[in-house]
Amino acid sequence: MSDAPKSAPAPSGRAGTKKELPEHFKAYKHVWVAVESEHGLVHPVSFELLGEGRKLADKRGVELGAVVMGSDPQAIADAANACFEYGADIVYTVTDPVLTHYRNEAYTKALTDIVNIYQPEILLLGATTLGRDLAGSVATTLRTGLTADCTELAIDEEGSLAATRPTFGGSLLCTIMTLNFRPQMATVRPRVLSMPKRTPGRQGRIVQHPLGLAEEDVVTKILQFIADRDSNKAQLAYAEIVVAGGLGLRSAENFQLVKDLAAVLGAEYGGSRPLVQKGWITGDRQIGQTGKTIRPKLYIAAGISGAIQHRVGVEGSDLIVAINTDPNAQIFQFAHLGIVADAVELLPALTEAFRKYLSVNRLAG
Amino acid sequence: MHIVVCMKQVPDSAQIRVHPVTNTIMRQGVPTIINPYDLFALEEALRLRDVIGGEVTVLTMGPPMAEESLRKALTFGADRAVLLTDRFFAGSDTLATSFALAAALTKIGEEFGVPPIVFTGKQTIDGDTAQVGPGIAKRLGFNQLTYVARIVDLAPEVGTITVERRAEGGVQVLSTRLPVLITMLEGVNEIRRGTLEDAFRASRAKIVTWNAADAGITDMTKCGLRGSPTIVKKIFSPPPRAEAAQLIATIDQSYDAIAASVMSEIFKSQPALEDDLMRFSAGP
Ligand SMILES: Cc1cc2nc3c(=O)[nH]c(=O)nc-3n(C[C@H](O)[C@H](O)[C@H](O)COP(=O)(O)OP(=O)(O)OC[C@H]3O[C@@H](n4cnc5c(N)ncnc54)[C@H](O)[C@@H]3O)c2cc1C
Ligand SMILES: Cc1cc2nc3c(=O)[nH]c(=O)nc-3n(C[C@H](O)[C@H](O)[C@H](O)COP(=O)(O)OP(=O)(O)OC[C@H]3O[C@@H](n4cnc5c(N)ncnc54)[C@H](O)[C@@H]3O)c2cc1C
Repeated sequence: MSDAPKSAPAPSGRAGTKKELPEHFKAYKHVWVAVESEHGLVHPVSFELLGEGRKLADKRGVELGAVVMGSDPQAIADAANACFEYGADIVYTVTDPVLTHYRNEAYTKALTDIVNIYQPEILLLGATTLGRDLAGSVATTLRTGLTADCTELAIDEEGSLAATRPTFGGSLLCTIMTLNFRPQMATVRPRVLSMPKRTPGRQGRIVQHPLGLAEEDVVTKILQFIADRDSNKAQLAYAEIVVAGGLGLRSAENFQLVKDLAAVLGAEYGGSRPLVQKGWITGDRQIGQTGKTIRPKLYIAAGISGAIQHRVGVEGSDLIVAINTDPNAQIFQFAHLGIVADAVELLPALTEAFRKYLSVNRLAG
Repeated sequence: MHIVVCMKQVPDSAQIRVHPVTNTIMRQGVPTIINPYDLFALEEALRLRDVIGGEVTVLTMGPPMAEESLRKALTFGADRAVLLTDRFFAGSDTLATSFALAAALTKIGEEFGVPPIVFTGKQTIDGDTAQVGPGIAKRLGFNQLTYVARIVDLAPEVGTITVERRAEGGVQVLSTRLPVLITMLEGVNEIRRGTLEDAFRASRAKIVTWNAADAGITDMTKCGLRGSPTIVKKIFSPPPRAEAAQLIATIDQSYDAIAASVMSEIFKSQPALEDDLMRFSAGP
């Protein structure tokens, strides 16, 4: 790029010189989580982020902040208390009727304003539909870097945020950093991080911030909210047991074997991405990087090879049981229990074994 | 009405092979396709045009060979294609990408009519960040409607639009003012096949090709690697778990016997599960 136009100012963004943090960013301090709450409830991903944020803040020797936005003072006070109990030292609140429901304009203004005033070095958001909508806007407004869908957050030797996410198509991870802008922003999907312990009674400071926006200033209006009916929604992310199938099952009919085992175990069922593309399962049952991240007590994967995009979605499971005909399948690199066998034969046998065991023991008990 | 659809050319993930030793993508010979999510945006734009009239322009930032994807979009029925290509754009992260695309969109407005609606896909299948749409919206000062499932109402004469969008836990019905940037949800329509005339027109169409200067960009420090606040620090293989998977013996075993060992190993490793299951099966 040596032949760049001469008129261009010396860029701070040259690959080689990116390490130098401009002077005005050096005041940026503390780790923040933008808390997501809708309909009066805090999304669990915000607590998961506070747990991780606590570790990052301790490593940096700084405070952990949480930003809570909404309209109901009681809900905000409750959310702030929960944030303290999950590790926040300080909670910034923005309370205004304009923030009753999430709208991009109002929330972007609220969050960018307090970032500009209180200057955090790290800002974390959940990679939910709301969090992605908001994070992209805030990062662009602040002209800073944003790493999407991280699977791991760490502080490197120089004190910068090292955000790791899967790369495309290969079984590789990449670590992305924002070295010369602040705040360093990242999103993480629900369930990728574990839920931290709650310390009842733990307290902190509250800083209130005005929104400075009237309803007339917000041109987007919410006309209606149609809540999903829970009954037809897969509850994969928070399921205790998940049974999933992959292309190794060979046909949509054979996928029934996964559902059968799930039914006996009272489990949710899901699958790898190709099954969604083939129409064997619906998109809300896809497990992995571009589907749901799960952390069940038991995960049974049948006929799934264990590609990185799948792996990052299941690694938080307590016990991973993999059934695969190929002893060299990648899934055996991260499964706890492996069975080299034909899933189409083994699944019905497992279903039957559990069914028998549970009925016998129920009678006995 | 003039509508612009942003599309990215991406490697066809279904055809990707990973090098067994180095674990890197073997890009040679991997065909490229229009990012599948962007076809939902294109179809939605074409439907709007069919109803209210006007033109659909498709816009791609990418290497010269991205022209192929634009031509494909013309066969589906897009009216005009703009390729934004310059080696200064190489290495763009999402902030630099939205900068370049916003500049091109402004230029498109000047040359071919200001678009009150710009569409993007929900996300790409390669970078997969879903950040470019919101980035463009903020840079252009457009109202942002992400994850749109359906356009309920569009009234260009008064400048309003009403949509249904996927939100956490439900569907929001939103109304806002034009201009808007819409990121379209997947699965909400199906791309049309295009007519024979479209195919004929596409094969002879001239693709409008702009470099950074053509798009009115003067500050090259905002482009490509230099304009990207994020840097890729390292790329690596995830380490296998410290302990290898415990393999259940299967040689010379019946499936029932294997199933029995699997079940007992599960309960041995997760004793609490057994109680949970018992409680569940004792239920209704
Ligand atoms: C950007 C991007 C995002 C992605 N996101 C996701 C995601 O969220 N989730 C996801 O799952 N994938 C995702 N993928 C796809 C991922 O890379 C893999 O292609 C996919 O997970 C493979 O699915 P699979 O394991 O079902 O199929 P395959 O890789 O084809 O594996 C089938 C396995 O079944 C085994 N097998 C064959 N016959 C049998 C049998 N009879 N019994 C038992 N085993 C058998 C085979 O040995 C093989 O290991 C993504 C890809 C990209 C590029
Ligand atoms: C493995 C990998 C990881 C990456 N991680 C990050 C990251 O964490 N943060 C970051 O800032 N950058 C990241 N990048 C860089 C990023 O992919 C590029 O900036 C890319 O140009 C746009 O981002 P995207 O592919 O994520 O698009 P998305 O934001 O997912 O795309 C949304 C929509 O924007 C439109 N669009 C996107 N790109 C173009 C284009 N070139 N031309 C026309 N329309 C377009 C399409 O309609 C698309 O559907 C990553 C790249 C790779 C390969």
